[in-house]
Amino acid sequence: MNNSVLNSIRFIVFLSLQVLIFNNINLFGYLNPYPYVLFILLYPVNSNKSVLLLGSFALGILLDMFCNSGGIHTTASLILAFIRPTLFKFSFGLSYEYQTVKIADKISPERITLLLLAIFIHHFILFYLEYFRIGLLFTILSRTLLSTLFTFTICLLIIYLIKPNKR
Amino acid sequence: MQQIINFIIKNSYRLLFLLLLGISLTLTIKSHSYHRSEYVNSANSITGAVYKKVNEVNEYLSLKEKNKDLASENALLKELLFNKKDTLITSKTLFRNDLNNYKVMVGKVVKNSFNVRENYITINAGSDKGLKTDMGVINDKGIVGIVEKTSANYATIQSVLNIKSKINAKLKNSNHFGSLVWDGRNVGYAQLIDVPRLASLRKGDSIVTGGNSDIFPENIPIGKIDKIFIDRKTNYYTINIRLFNDMTSLGYVYVIENKKKKEKQQLEAITTAPKK
Repeated sequence: MNNSVLNSIRFIVFLSLQVLIFNNINLFGYLNPYPYVLFILLYPVNSNKSVLLLGSFALGILLDMFCNSGGIHTTASLILAFIRPTLFKFSFGLSYEYQTVKIADKISPERITLLLLAIFIHHFILFYLEYFRIGLLFTILSRTLLSTLFTFTICLLIIYLIKPNKR
Repeated sequence: MQQIINFIIKNSYRLLFLLLLGISLTLTIKSHSYHRSEYVNSANSITGAVYKKVNEVNEYLSLKEKNKDLASENALLKELLFNKKDTLITSKTLFRNDLNNYKVMVGKVVKNSFNVRENYITINAGSDKGLKTDMGVINDKGIVGIVEKTSANYATIQSVLNIKSKINAKLKNSNHFGSLVWDGRNVGYAQLIDVPRLASLRKGDSIVTGGNSDIFPENIPIGKIDKIFIDRKTNYYTINIRLFNDMTSLGYVYVIENKKKKEKQQLEAITTAPKK
C-alpha cells in the first residue's frame, strides 16, 4: 500500500482509539495509556521529515482539543518527532538510515529500548507540562514511570496485532 | 538577501520545528492562566459532535440508574408540592421571592474528566440556549462547576475538581464562610479553606454554597464534613469535605443564570470606586 495512505489511516485510527477508548481507561482512577506515540515511531525512516513534524503537530492539537488540555500533547509529540532520528541512532546504531528499519518487524532488544525511551521522554514532557510546577517533580516522575509501563504494554500488544503475518 | 533565503532553505526543517514548538508552548502556557485558550477546547463542533455520539451509546447503558435518579428527584419535588400550606398558592409564590432572580437551563454532560488536576466538563447546551461564561452549574445532588467557554451548541465547565476552582461556601447551620477548593488528589473530596476558628464544627455537618457568590444561589448542597485540620500558619480551619455529588458519573445538569448579577456587580463597583 502507498505509504502516505497508510500513514493517514494510522493517524485517524490512533486518534480515534485514543479519544474513544484509551482516554477512558482510568486504571487505579488516574492512569491512562497514550499509545498514539506509535504513530510517530512507526513513521517510515526514509520518508519526509517535515511531514512527520506537521503530522505529529496535527495529532497533538486534535488530542488537546478532545482533552481540553491546552497544548501539552502537541508539545510532547512535536518534541518526540524532532528527536526521533537521535533515538533511532541511539538504539540501532549509526547505520539505521541505510537499512529500512521497521519496528513492527520483530521485537528485539533494540526495538524495546527505542520504545521505552521514546515513551518515557514523551510522557515526561506531557506530565511536566500538565503539572507545570518543578516542586511536584516526584509526583511527575512517578506518574511518568507508571504510565510509561502501561503505554509500553499497550504498544507491544498493538504491534503484535498489526504485525504482518510472515510464514 | 540570497544568503537569507539560502539559510531558510537549508534550515527549513529546524525552523518548522521551532515555529510549531512556539505555537504549542504558547497554547500550553496560555492554558495555565486563568482563562483557557480561545480555540483549543472541546466546545467546538467537531469534538462536540464526536462526544455527543459516544455519549449516546454510554447513556443507553446507564438508563436504569438515570431513571432511578429522576424518580427520586421527582419524589422530592412532589414532596415540596404536597407540603404546601395552601394548595391554591401557585408554585411561584411557594418559593422565596429572591429565587425569581435565577433562570435555570438544562444541559447534558457529553464529556466528563476527573483524572487530571485541571478538570473540565463539556455539556451539550451553548450560547444558543443562553449560556454565558461564569454561570453556575449544579445537578440534583449538588454543585458541579462553573461555565468556562461556550460555543453555539456546546459549553465547557470548570469542574469543582479543578485546582483553579474557588467557590464561596458556608456551613449550613452557622453561616461561617470559607472557600471551596480542590487539592488535586481524591475525586470524592474537596477542601474548604479559610474558615474562622470561631466556627463550631462537627463531623457530618453540611456545607452549602454561600450568599457572597454572584454565581450560585445560596444553600445549594456541596457535601459533608469529613475531617477537620487547623492550618498552623494562618490559624484558620481547613476542612476535608465528602462531596454529595459523584463527580465521576454525571448525567443531566442545570445551568443557573443570576439575572441580577450585573446590577449587583455595578453597585459594588460604584461603592468601592475611589471618590473624586
